[in-house]
Amino acid sequence: MTDMAEHILLRHRDIPDLDQIETYRQNGGFEAWRKVVSKMDPDDVTNEVKASGLRGRGGAGFPTGLKWSFINWQSWPHYVVANADESEPGTFKDREIMESNPYQFLEGVAICAFAVKANDAYIYLRGEFWQIAHKLDQCIAEMESAGYLGDKIFRTNTSLRLHTHLGAGAYICGEESALLESIEGKLGQPRLRPPFPPAVGLYGKPTIVNNVETLTNLPLIISRGADWYKSIGTDKSPGTKIFSLSGCVNRPGNYELPLGTTFRELVFDHGRGIPEGHKIKAIMPAGASSSMIIANDEALATPMDYESVPNVGAQLGSASVIVIDDSVSIPWLLNKTIHFFKHESCGKCTPCREGTYWMMHLTERISQGNASMNDVMLLQDVANQLKGKCLCALGEFSIEAVLTGIERFPADFEAVTVKSNS
Amino acid sequence: MNALLQKYADEIQVILAKYPMGRAGKRSAVMPLLYLAQHEYGYITKEAIREVAELCEITDTEVTSIVGFYSLYYDQPSGKYHVQVCTDLPCALRGAEEFLENLCENLGIRVGETTPDGMIKVESVMCLAGCDKAPMFQVQSAEGLEYHENQTVESALDVINKLRQG
Repeated sequence: MTDMAEHILLRHRDIPDLDQIETYRQNGGFEAWRKVVSKMDPDDVTNEVKASGLRGRGGAGFPTGLKWSFINWQSWPHYVVANADESEPGTFKDREIMESNPYQFLEGVAICAFAVKANDAYIYLRGEFWQIAHKLDQCIAEMESAGYLGDKIFRTNTSLRLHTHLGAGAYICGEESALLESIEGKLGQPRLRPPFPPAVGLYGKPTIVNNVETLTNLPLIISRGADWYKSIGTDKSPGTKIFSLSGCVNRPGNYELPLGTTFRELVFDHGRGIPEGHKIKAIMPAGASSSMIIANDEALATPMDYESVPNVGAQLGSASVIVIDDSVSIPWLLNKTIHFFKHESCGKCTPCREGTYWMMHLTERISQGNASMNDVMLLQDVANQLKGKCLCALGEFSIEAVLTGIERFPADFEAVTVKSNS
Repeated sequence: MNALLQKYADEIQVILAKYPMGRAGKRSAVMPLLYLAQHEYGYITKEAIREVAELCEITDTEVTSIVGFYSLYYDQPSGKYHVQVCTDLPCALRGAEEFLENLCENLGIRVGETTPDGMIKVESVMCLAGCDKAPMFQVQSAEGLEYHENQTVESALDVINKLRQG
């Protein structure tokens, strides 16, 4: 089993009190920030991040440096927004970073802001992270008094201010354009895209939105270099990833491991396997938004990286690995996930608003044993009608588990449905 | 007259300074100002909506729509403390539904109801990013939010008794 000799993101597990500015500084903290501000051009920073192969950790896996290079240099000012809305059922990684290693995250935000020449950056946290926002505010104040933020940083002309902004309970605000609407004081509903945020973002200005985990990678990429970073993980998915392991496992929790670690190693070595008397049945690698993988030998041997997970019919996404054992009925599970998506649908586009409503009624009846196989086919039909028609990815996410659950676990549906007369 | 502004002039200044100058920036302050109002009044009153709308230079209707859209704003008084148990998939796989049911039974209420003394409202809510430490809940009140993780019915009742004693 791969034991991380040294964590890159969850460094607080190796270094006690890393959430104290002095400890952080004694362990190389802010050296990358000093280096970019005093010795590098914004383009150098973007090129280094491009060379590192870092990909967005929020779920899409889009190359981070490439995203930055799309910023529109003709329109000003520029903004950086850190997506700390973490609301996907099964995801709890950004919370640990911000609670225990906040300065590395904030240093990452600063590096990104420098690369795209933004003087203001917002950190959008879900409303439930009220105490974390308070903590980050204190960290920001410490960084200001130490001269790492504000004006004339390291005696240069670089200025930067960081601000926290609390959401108020809406899953949809994790979608980047809805998040920007929410900062603007509007309903958190997705925008039509294109234009994408690097062209037209916050207040109509060019904006880079990155996930907390993505940004937390930056200080070490800058101080140790792209080549060092590329030596970890796989060729196309370099670096480490925090896998949030939950569900039917003996030791749930966050595990930072190189990308390309297998499902088997995560679930059975790190997570210490399935509770006694049960067998693993399915895996949802990307939280409630995920397709359901049949947990056979082939799936368990699959490396968890952006290229390999699609081979077994799912996406790596945010790597929120939910483990399902043989005590769980898939119809019950679908009713759970659909209930979530129905509750969180923002109501802007019809396929998601109406589709999740009907899917919820169907999954409810099916899981309660009051439905026939015709109803299961109707559920499949409704899900297919949402496919490719929602305004944002979050609407599309609602059908992943439904379609793959019905397709891959038909026996579970036969077991709970009544024979139809038609 | 804007009672919120009179009482919290400094706090409001700090909030407004986070956002760009001008109308668009003022509008951005609507969410933090609603939190401030909820802290002050216990819930979002009609008066609070008017005050926040005035500070953000938007209409009462626009502020009301924000209050309706986001689930952490309350437009009616309810239990002093909201005990919000996550029952989403990862928590449910770790027994959160039975936990919630037993907790309510112990309190003599049903899910979504408030205890007769008006102190504790128990609700089932969506994912709180505590999936590995289920059963878990947050306590929401005018003072803020607090997480309680790796809970049993007994430990949750302890938390609730402490809340009741203030």
